[in-house]
Amino acid sequence: MRLRASVASLAVQGVNRASRLTGKGSGTVAGGRVGLKLDPKLLEDLARGRSTVLVSGTNGKTTTTALLTAALATAGPIATNATGSNMPPGHVAALVGTKASVGACLEVDEAWLPATAAATRPRAVVLLNLSRDQLDRSSEVRMLAERWRGAVASAGVVIANCDDPMVAWAASTAERVVWVAGGLEWKDDAGACPSCRGAITFDELGWRCGSCDLTRPTPTWWLDDRDAVCPSGPVSLTLELPGRFNRSNALVALAAADALGIDPDVAAHAMSMVHDVAGRFNEVVIASTPCRLMLAKNPAGWSALLDVVTEGTAPVVVAINSRTADGADPSWLFDVDFSKLQGRRVVATGDRWRDLSVRLRYAGVVHDAEADSTRAVEVAGTDGDMVEIVGNYTAFRDLLEASA
Amino acid sequence: MSPLRICTVYPDLLGTYGDSGNGEVLAARARWRDLDVELVAARSSERLPEADLYAIGGGEDGPQVLAAERLAADGGLVEAAKRGAVILAVCAGFQVIGNRFPDAQGQLHQGLGLLDIETAKGTGPRAVGEVAVAVPTESDGGLGLPMLSGFENHGGVTTLGPGVEPLGRVAAGVGNGAGDGSEGAVRGHVLGTYLHGPVLARNAALADLLLAWATGIELEPLDDAGSEDLRRERLGRLSLS
Repeated sequence: MRLRASVASLAVQGVNRASRLTGKGSGTVAGGRVGLKLDPKLLEDLARGRSTVLVSGTNGKTTTTALLTAALATAGPIATNATGSNMPPGHVAALVGTKASVGACLEVDEAWLPATAAATRPRAVVLLNLSRDQLDRSSEVRMLAERWRGAVASAGVVIANCDDPMVAWAASTAERVVWVAGGLEWKDDAGACPSCRGAITFDELGWRCGSCDLTRPTPTWWLDDRDAVCPSGPVSLTLELPGRFNRSNALVALAAADALGIDPDVAAHAMSMVHDVAGRFNEVVIASTPCRLMLAKNPAGWSALLDVVTEGTAPVVVAINSRTADGADPSWLFDVDFSKLQGRRVVATGDRWRDLSVRLRYAGVVHDAEADSTRAVEVAGTDGDMVEIVGNYTAFRDLLEASA
Repeated sequence: MSPLRICTVYPDLLGTYGDSGNGEVLAARARWRDLDVELVAARSSERLPEADLYAIGGGEDGPQVLAAERLAADGGLVEAAKRGAVILAVCAGFQVIGNRFPDAQGQLHQGLGLLDIETAKGTGPRAVGEVAVAVPTESDGGLGLPMLSGFENHGGVTTLGPGVEPLGRVAAGVGNGAGDGSEGAVRGHVLGTYLHGPVLARNAALADLLLAWATGIELEPLDDAGSEDLRRERLGRLSLS
């Protein structure tokens, strides 16, 4: 390692230790920032000679990264950015202090994938899905797909969800692609072909563009009612994590692990033990109220999580903020079918509780509203029930901290 | 009396910014007044159905061009405008019902010509943020609505022709962006704006104006404490309430 990189690495570790000791942060971003300031090429240095896999997509990347890391760890130590700090400072912090012989499994923000791939020269890239998210600060879906095409062209292998036209188009530039039927419940960002602007139609068999030859690639990995079906045969998939979308995430992780040399049965067993993904789906206690805490950041994520929530009858707290990490415009609340919560006890909270309250009213959901999120949990749990909490990014994070 | 028919136009192409909520707001507000109402979402693969009120939303550049082509080929929206149907068009939808609009490369495409406006690709940064729009009183030839609140997110700059009136003037934010301080455009019962939020969720008075246009009846007031509180809070953050 170059001297400059060594100095920068030491600085990262120092700042991270200080940040953790003073309780000012989880110590992943601050140190990484300092390190990159001292040496802008630090990530390249840290990734050199390392077997790195990158995981990106609008939804499911933290969970898929956690599952894949568990699978890869069966063959040796793996460095990962488990806290969801998915930009270069988080990547630097994850790698610093580990030997180049230690593999890396990194979650990457959609917009940062090209730069991160250029810096880390990954052995594998996992592409999950692309849909609308934080439109005020992030790019529209097609622009991202376009940038991904350049990013994956040099990757050793790409593991891609063939059910998402945006992903399929982006991945098609790669030399080697493993196609996985990772599902796509949210189709409203894929109506126009990313290649030719023609109309994309979906049916039971998949999807196709009516104007050009872009069509759903044939997967070699898919899910049936019980198992993951791998090229080598069915593998039993039991997960601690709830929801169909997490089974899809696990399937993609299984295919990625396989591409990196891990036997699917071994990988599936390791993934079956994963229960904590940066606090998501955790059962916690807030204001003496037992809760299950869930994160949903955009319409696609909400649509998947509401299906999990509506399996039960517990009171629901919905928490919406609009800070930088959340996006400034919560108009997308109207893309979420909150009418599924009709008849449930619902409490609206978060910085944007007013927007949410108006949204719930138009969805026909009778609800209470509380500006203070801890108080909202208290109100929801008045009858001693377990409470389901779904929040967007900073709202979730604040509640997770309140539970500690 | 046949039910009031509200149509959300092409949510698969022009539904990126939550604007499908406008149709939902209109339908709910009609239902709460015991009006017989039908809300339909017309996907771009279908023929556009006949309706009393159409709501068109914002979308990405590629889908926007496709939507314009399909609406022109379909012809239903132009026919509807001729028979006096109410049309609310937001952001990309606003641009599409104008004379011409740009794609991502800035190349101009033919719009439907329902509003005498022309949109070009802006040269400055994208207009992103909270907007407040002062709407002129009826005696000043305006729609006489309380100040509108919304969120804009667009790169286009829209110039108004002589055939339209602006919806209002921006008190905060960019709006049409052509330097005249205008926001949106209105001609008869066709109304275009850059405001998301969705605009009708934040501005109940505008929703009721469109419903009054579509039904021709005077609507009884609703308890809008919640949305009024939201509108004032958003404007308050711009120090404008």
